[in-house]
This record gives sequence, C-alpha cells and structure tokens, in this order.
Amino acid sequence: MTNKKNTESCDCSSPVIATGSMKNKNKLFIWLGIGLLLWVALYFLIKPAADFITYDVFNLTPSSHLGSSVAFFLYDAPKVVLLLVIVVFVVGIVRSFFTPERTQRILAGKREAVGNVLAASLGIVTPFCSCSAVPLFIGFVQVGIPLGVTFSFLIAAPMINEVALVLLYGMFGWKVALLYIATGLFIAILAGWVIGKLKMERYIEGWVSELRKTGVQADEHRLSIIERVQYGLTAVRDIVGRVWPWVLGGIAVGAVIHGYVPEGLMASFMGKNVWWAVPAAVLLGVPMYSNAAGVIPIIQALLEKGAALGTALAFMMAVVGLSLPETIILRKVLKWQLIAVFLGVVAIGIISIGYLFNAIL
Amino acid sequence: MKIKVLGSGCAKCQQLERTTKEVVKELAIDATVEDVRDIKKIMEYPILATPGLVINEKLIVSGRVPSKAEITTFITTAMTKE
Repeated sequence: MTNKKNTESCDCSSPVIATGSMKNKNKLFIWLGIGLLLWVALYFLIKPAADFITYDVFNLTPSSHLGSSVAFFLYDAPKVVLLLVIVVFVVGIVRSFFTPERTQRILAGKREAVGNVLAASLGIVTPFCSCSAVPLFIGFVQVGIPLGVTFSFLIAAPMINEVALVLLYGMFGWKVALLYIATGLFIAILAGWVIGKLKMERYIEGWVSELRKTGVQADEHRLSIIERVQYGLTAVRDIVGRVWPWVLGGIAVGAVIHGYVPEGLMASFMGKNVWWAVPAAVLLGVPMYSNAAGVIPIIQALLEKGAALGTALAFMMAVVGLSLPETIILRKVLKWQLIAVFLGVVAIGIISIGYLFNAIL
Repeated sequence: MKIKVLGSGCAKCQQLERTTKEVVKELAIDATVEDVRDIKKIMEYPILATPGLVINEKLIVSGRVPSKAEITTFITTAMTKE
C-alpha cells in the first residue's frame, strides 16, 4: 500500500480560499443548511437502503458469505464517507484558527514538559502535511522551541488526524476513538520528552544552524466567517476527494474478510496470547504507508476474527504515525542517529501501548 | 517585478507555480516567476509550510494555494507599490 502520486510522496491538504465566489453570507448559510438536512436524510437512509439492495434486489441471504460481505460494504462505505464529509468540514473550520505560525508563537519560550503537552495537543488541530515537515522543523527550532517539544508536535500531527478518528468512530464507536486520541497524545508527549532528555541537538544537520534567523512570522490576515466556512468546504473537497478510494478499497477488503474468513482465524496470529504479535505488527506497519482510511476497515474485520485490540491499535499507529516518506523528508534536517532514536522511541511507545491494551482489555 | 514560488516539488507547490505563471501571462506584465525548490533558499523566508508566494522579496502567502483571483490581487497590489 504505497502512495506515489506526488513527486514528493506526502499527503498535503492546503485548502484554497476562493475569494469572490461566495460573497453573500446569507446565501452561503442557506446552502449549508440544505446540505446539512440532506446529510441527515442520507445518513438515516443508509441502513434500510443497504438492506434493501442486498436482500431484495440482489436476493442474498444474511447468513451467506456473499450476503454478509455485500451488506457490510453497502452499509459501511457510505456511512464512513458521510461521516468523513461532516467531520472534515468541522475540523477544517477549527483548523482555520490554528495556523502553524500561531502554534509556533504559542510554543516559543515554553519549557519542556509543559511544552511537550502543548505541542502534542496543538499537533492535533494545526494543519500539517509531511511536505512541510522540514520548514516547520526549522521554523520551530529557530525560535528556540526545544527539540523534544518539536518532536512531540511532529509525532502527534500525523498520528492523530480527523480521517483516522472518523474511521475509528464509524467502525468501532467513540470509546475506541477516544482511546486512540489519548494513547496517541501520550506517546507523542512521552516520546518527545525522552528525545529532549537525550540531548540530541548536535544531530541536527549543520546547515540548519547556519541559516539566517527569520524570526516569528506574523499571520497574514484574520479570516472572516465566510472564509473559514470556505476553508472547511475546501478541506472536504481536498481530503475526502483524496481518501475516498482508500476508504472504499479498505472497506471492500474488510467486507471480504468479514464474509469469508472463518471466525477465530486471526486469534492464532494476532491474538492476545501471541507474545510476538505486537512488535511484529509494528515492524510490519512502519514501512507500510497508507492513510488511516485504507487500514482501519481491514483492522476492524481482523478484530472480528479474533485479533487482539492492542495488537491492532499498535499496527494502526505504526502505519499512520510512523511513515517512511516523512522520515525520508526529515532526513534533510536530521542526522541518521536522531532519525533512528526518533523511530526507536516512538516504536517502543507504540509496542508498550499494544501490550498494555492486550493485558488490560 | 520579481515573483518567487517556494516549494519542494509537492503537488500543491506545482499547482501554485502553474497558477502564478498563468496570472502573470494574463496580466501581460513585466515580471519574472522563479520556482525555488532548494530548501536552503526556501528557508531564507519566514515560512513554516510550503507552498509560499514571494513578491518582491516579501512572503505574501504560505501553507496554502491561493485562488487565481487572489493571486491577481496580490500582484496588482504589489504593482501599485512599485
């Protein structure tokens, strides 16, 4: 599962703010209202429509392999896409308040510990794309944000994202989604703190410190409500437009597993009692680069067949949070020793979380 | 007028390069558009997220691709200041 569409394979979403197209505030809000009503209607129609198509149109029985696969796909795919649309829109509006420049200003001058917590939390809401990992890293370090604090941000930003949360909520419910946020934050805070304690500043590439300091950048201008709504809408177009094939692909594979893989098969590979399963899942997950959209439906199906939640979460965090392309991009500013420590510390964090959940749940 | 597009080659950066060149062509003004892809050169500007649009050595936008209309406004505003 690799994504090599861009010359620099990174996922970017930097919404275009179209000024001039929708100047009329009332008109915009009327359209938003209509959109919301349509959304609600569609959401409640999915289940009956999926059942109708599967059992009446295709004449499949719920107990058959094919019937259960088709019903699973027809229900989950539109549900997740609809959830994505609304959550990405809301998160888009929230993100329009948290520019990287603002986050940089908030974090500048913060001590470690407090800084790590803040950086990881801001990592969730600040728009971030791995293409910009290098300028962001340099900008943070230049204004004196400690290395460990910067890492807390860089770990949390890709790992905890709205696409992952929607899929977790849609396929597992809110408890697992919250659990994911909490553990993701915990790993980002702790791993950043450890990296800070290791005093690895000398493993930043020399050219970074030779750069002329450009200082903290002021925000370009305050956005109006209309612009923020447009920012949200563009985020929907960009993000949903990019991930929907992954969602459908992931759910299709999940549906096949759901219908055809025998109950309990995964217990022997990914069950609680397989001691090597967690590190193996993380090792397997790091080189795999996919967005959460493709991985989560497959994980859900595997869980159903006896995989343990801790192992599954560890796999997911490794795939989503530790991506090889981002690491390669960061290599421009970090020497390999620091890259190795970064990957190692985060991997150990994820493995510990995996074992912990397998033990307590 | 000197215009620079800062970007390391990602899809959005290329989009900004294209749109800016289109605008310059349509306005038929005397301006050079340079694609800056060297990260060290990019970091000479106070930028945290690519792509970035620089007009006459001033960073105007960063971290997003402005619309064509917006870029046109930026360029015409900068022209009046010249």
